[in-house]
Amino acid sequence: MNNPLIVLPVIIQLATAIILIFFWGKTTVQKVFSLFSGVVNLGIAIWLFTLVENDGIQFMHGGGWEAPFGITFVADMFSVLMVLLTAICGLAVTQYATGSIRNKLVRFGFYPILHFLLMGLNGAFLTGDIFNLYVWFEVIIISSFVLITMGGEKIQIEGAVKYVTMNLLASIIFLTAIALLYGLTGSLNMADLSLKVAEVQNRTLVNVTAALFFIGFGIKSAIFPLYFWLPASYHAPPPAVSAIFAGLLTKVGIYAILRVFTLIFIPDDFMLELISWVAVLTIVTGALGALVQNNLREIFSYLIICHIGFMIAGLGFYTEVALVGVVCYLIHDIIVKTNLYLMAGLVFKIKGTYNIKRLGGFYKSYPKLSLLMAVPLFSLVGVPPLSGFWPKIFLIEGGFDVGEYLGVLVIILGSLITLVIVAKIWTEVIWKESVELPKRDYIKYFHELRPRKQYAVVMPIVALSMVSLFIGFGAEYVIRVSQHIAADLIDTSYYIDAVLGTANPSRP
Amino acid sequence: MEILLIIIIGLLYAAGIYMMLRRSLVKLIIGLILISHGVNLLIFLVGGIVKGEPPVIGDSMKLLTDIYADPIPQALILTAIVISFGLQSFAIILIKRTYKVVKTDDLDVLNPQGEEI
Repeated sequence: MNNPLIVLPVIIQLATAIILIFFWGKTTVQKVFSLFSGVVNLGIAIWLFTLVENDGIQFMHGGGWEAPFGITFVADMFSVLMVLLTAICGLAVTQYATGSIRNKLVRFGFYPILHFLLMGLNGAFLTGDIFNLYVWFEVIIISSFVLITMGGEKIQIEGAVKYVTMNLLASIIFLTAIALLYGLTGSLNMADLSLKVAEVQNRTLVNVTAALFFIGFGIKSAIFPLYFWLPASYHAPPPAVSAIFAGLLTKVGIYAILRVFTLIFIPDDFMLELISWVAVLTIVTGALGALVQNNLREIFSYLIICHIGFMIAGLGFYTEVALVGVVCYLIHDIIVKTNLYLMAGLVFKIKGTYNIKRLGGFYKSYPKLSLLMAVPLFSLVGVPPLSGFWPKIFLIEGGFDVGEYLGVLVIILGSLITLVIVAKIWTEVIWKESVELPKRDYIKYFHELRPRKQYAVVMPIVALSMVSLFIGFGAEYVIRVSQHIAADLIDTSYYIDAVLGTANPSRP
Repeated sequence: MEILLIIIIGLLYAAGIYMMLRRSLVKLIIGLILISHGVNLLIFLVGGIVKGEPPVIGDSMKLLTDIYADPIPQALILTAIVISFGLQSFAIILIKRTYKVVKTDDLDVLNPQGEEI
């Protein structure tokens, strides 16, 4: 159904960012308005989600040009789900930032840039045009460059050099792939490409293009062997920034891989084999990397890589059951990774260090907070019935269906190592006797904050933990949504018909 | 014309990758700039090169029947140029800032793991 309102998530963020620029330097106004727009955006995302769930795919042809000639925005279940998750994480991080980001950074324009980043994310999820996807990726990376370097400390600058270089290289490879694809088909609309790529005679060139897309998105989503920029940069920026990066920036790469490899290129046996091996190596290297780190945020960085591997593995199995697992895992992972980074920031605020060897005594001094931290940590491992448990059932079942026993084994191994790491964090941070740490003047400690700011920092962690608990205990609904999405990913005819208007899209 | 462009694109990619693999930060940026020029030319090439046939429908006709120059690659290149301009200016400012903070141009000396907080 043609519905121009689906671009509202993009427009809200753009308008917010522009209005915030007019309040440059007025920190309180910026914080209040940014929170207000976050709430509005969440409301719109929920409305859009229920609309698409009940009425089917919505789309908008830019400037009234029918697909495949104009730029099309498409809101199918997968897109609106990602927009909803972005809205949840965006609001949580905005709220966290009001308590944790120093006013100096707010005066550099932290909030406008954050909203530009969210605009880019919403745009990337909603677009139905491959070149437009590239443009949204550029919006995302330029905003993230500013956020990662904001403050200009030595560690940030050093991390940023790697981050910037790899992301620029990724977008160049992505653009090369688009050029080849346009040369092969003469189209940019993803639904149209899906039909045209299938008809191309030169399969070698199609496979080369597919591989270029895989490398380009692979750098962004940090798969083996292209992940090394991630642990080198994600521990550098302020906690609020690294939380939004951890939750959403690698996942937008996963979203793009899923979109491109289910809609445009249907992977052949060679490609599936390649994806599976990449997934296996990603899980193993990520898990082993996380084992040897001592910095809390670096541990989580490697765990991001490990869990990206789970999703890639599900794509490698390429059955509907496995894709249910992938989508479900994506939902769980976005929420829980954002939450873990916010939690790491809180730990730093309380103790003044990220080093787990020197942390300790949380259970004694902050029993309620320890209980709160248990939710994201145990969701991450997937202790039943918390949220990480359900997707893995589907992933493993999907693996057994196609006889990829190595993939299944490595997924279980990855979960086991995650469990070891979580147990290590639990004993070192929560249970171990606390040691007296030297006070640092430049850190504003948690107990020095006013109660209002303390709530501002703890509330988003509570809220995201509630969402995690909902995913765990309301798994029936979440899995139903994932099954709907996976069915659409496998059978693309519904998407194509709706966008190109070739048939009356009236599926429930 | 196509052959010439193909050779130039190949050279730009090769030179860009070579420059990126060197250790200096400045050469890294030069490499990125060269590759992004290569991509722009690649889009231009694969769009098909047609001389003197503008994609304009005459008064007496309803459709373009003849061969015509595809306008989309040019729009894409224009967008890509603007984007890469913005990104490259950011990257250049970043390396200037890096040089000021770290006091080195050598990528091997950059080590964000060093600090123990």
